[in-house]
Amino acid sequence: MTDTTTKIRPPRNQWWDVWDQFKTHRGALVGLTIFVAILGLILIGPLVWHMDPTYVDFRARNKGFSLAHPLGTDQLGRDLLARMMAGGKVSISVGLTAMSLSIFLGAAIGVLAGYFKRLDGHLMRLTDLFLALPLLPLLLLMVTLFRDPLSKGFGPEGGIFLLIVTAIGATSWMQTARIVRGEVLALKEREFVLAARSIGTPAHRLVLRHILPNVMSPIMVSATLGIASAIITESALSFLGLGFPPDFPTWGRLLFDAVDQIQLYPMRVILPGIAISLTVLSVNYIGDGLRDALDPRIRGR
Amino acid sequence: MFQYTMRRLLIAIPTLLIISLVIFLLLEAAPGDPLGEVPLTVPPEVKAKMRTALGLDASWYIRYFLWLKQMFWIEPMHLWDTLFGTHMADDMQRVISFQSRQPVMDIIAQRMPQTLIVVGSAYVIGVLIAVPIGILSAYRQYSWFDNLGTFISMIGFSVPTFFTGVVLIVIFAVKLQWFPMVYDTTLQVTDWASFTKQLKQMVMPVTVLSLFNAAQISRFMRSSMLDNLGQDYVRTARAKGLTERVVVLIHVLRNSLIPVVTVIALGVPSIFGGAIITEQVFKVNGLGQQLILAIHANDLPMVMTLTFIFAVLIVLFNLIADLLYGILDPRIRYD
Repeated sequence: MTDTTTKIRPPRNQWWDVWDQFKTHRGALVGLTIFVAILGLILIGPLVWHMDPTYVDFRARNKGFSLAHPLGTDQLGRDLLARMMAGGKVSISVGLTAMSLSIFLGAAIGVLAGYFKRLDGHLMRLTDLFLALPLLPLLLLMVTLFRDPLSKGFGPEGGIFLLIVTAIGATSWMQTARIVRGEVLALKEREFVLAARSIGTPAHRLVLRHILPNVMSPIMVSATLGIASAIITESALSFLGLGFPPDFPTWGRLLFDAVDQIQLYPMRVILPGIAISLTVLSVNYIGDGLRDALDPRIRGR
Repeated sequence: MFQYTMRRLLIAIPTLLIISLVIFLLLEAAPGDPLGEVPLTVPPEVKAKMRTALGLDASWYIRYFLWLKQMFWIEPMHLWDTLFGTHMADDMQRVISFQSRQPVMDIIAQRMPQTLIVVGSAYVIGVLIAVPIGILSAYRQYSWFDNLGTFISMIGFSVPTFFTGVVLIVIFAVKLQWFPMVYDTTLQVTDWASFTKQLKQMVMPVTVLSLFNAAQISRFMRSSMLDNLGQDYVRTARAKGLTERVVVLIHVLRNSLIPVVTVIALGVPSIFGGAIITEQVFKVNGLGQQLILAIHANDLPMVMTLTFIFAVLIVLFNLIADLLYGILDPRIRYD
């Protein structure tokens, strides 16, 4: 009886519990470290390494590893370290933006379909239709067909960025929508929703205050995995020659540019490839750890 | 069951019609001009005639219905003609590629074998690798084998296929020179020497694709085995004195394969999509490469037909997966 007081700990934010559980997943911790390291290299690197990624130096073409160019130079004498950092910035920002778009669409459609019965049938029919679309061919099609008008409208870089992000986001929200709908359908029957409704909470506040916070965990997990798949899709598009323009490096584009000279300079293909794979691998591990950490049935065991 | 199949087939028709309309409208909204490659010296009135010859001056819905008619009425009749030697569709207009002026279906038929050989064998090998790995990983959960398998499959679906393909090319084609870098589709298999040559050029693309497939399927196999291993009927089987072999390989495996089979069926269309990239890496001139060529050349009928075929594959295999589930699992009845 007297011991009970010592067991009560001061109240703390539930995210600390999540973090405690996350820390026990070794793969996820390693993944997080690597991802933060890559982010640091990309964001802080250009401040230290002042080389311009688009500066052409014909006297320094096709150089190997050296002090002046730690990762060598390409066929136009552009510094590869600077290009890798610039490319990473684009690749990861495409991944993050496309993921945000797809999560926004998926969560919105999922919540609407789960909460409002009238919309459910139509929205789920739409989701099934999207799932039946051949996505990669359609992405290729969208990117080739709309690149010119959009680059005229928003400049070559902004236009393509907008196009690729919208295309990836618009074709990858379906899984999130399905998961969120399922969760919302179950949540809607719970007592706290009934209680909230009984005191006259309007629908929009009910969704934003009571439903949405409770579906945060599946949304966060699919957001993490969404970054990985968006990065892969962007680099696949670039690899097929349908991504960003040549003077605007991304990891996929660097890989694509180097494939022609693979026999002479294999390192130029390997380096961006490793960067893509490492990023995607670390993000996937983070997602794996998050899934475990956000599951209250596993947490605290 | 029969009723359910019929209902699903009937639902598939409007789905496919809507998808074909979406693809068509997307192509229509695009600013690309199929005559963009024609030199500027060609006078405008000739260009207008070329436009009429390609059927581009009609409004979009007429061309859409024309495509529907060609795709679903004339092409099947042609197939009938070539199969049975009749002459019903001889003077009817087939779907013609803008680029090569050949019927689209003929080009697809020419390129289909390459894609099917590479993609098909990769998928079969991937499944054959994945199932034993999944069984063993689940049976010895958290052993070194399981941990290694988890790590490799994580790598398997994190590393994009174009990178694994390129790495294989660097190691085995450039450094070691064991396998050719480019897939030679003109190769005819006539004797033993050409057969080994064919095998050699297939090794790398098939490895890349099957590793990617095996990574995903082995995970499904593992979790499905784990679900079943904890069930009561397994304890009963062991209590009866059945050998471990019979318990795992007959009782548990059969039940665990049910969801895996449907996952395998669902994965078939997506590997055709994935093959687009692999074909580009190894220069296999299959359907995926044709799609990319057609997109670059603004070859509308070809793009339309190929994308539509991909959509048909997806809808078809979704249906097959659902039906398989109903056939294999007696707990599920569609009524």
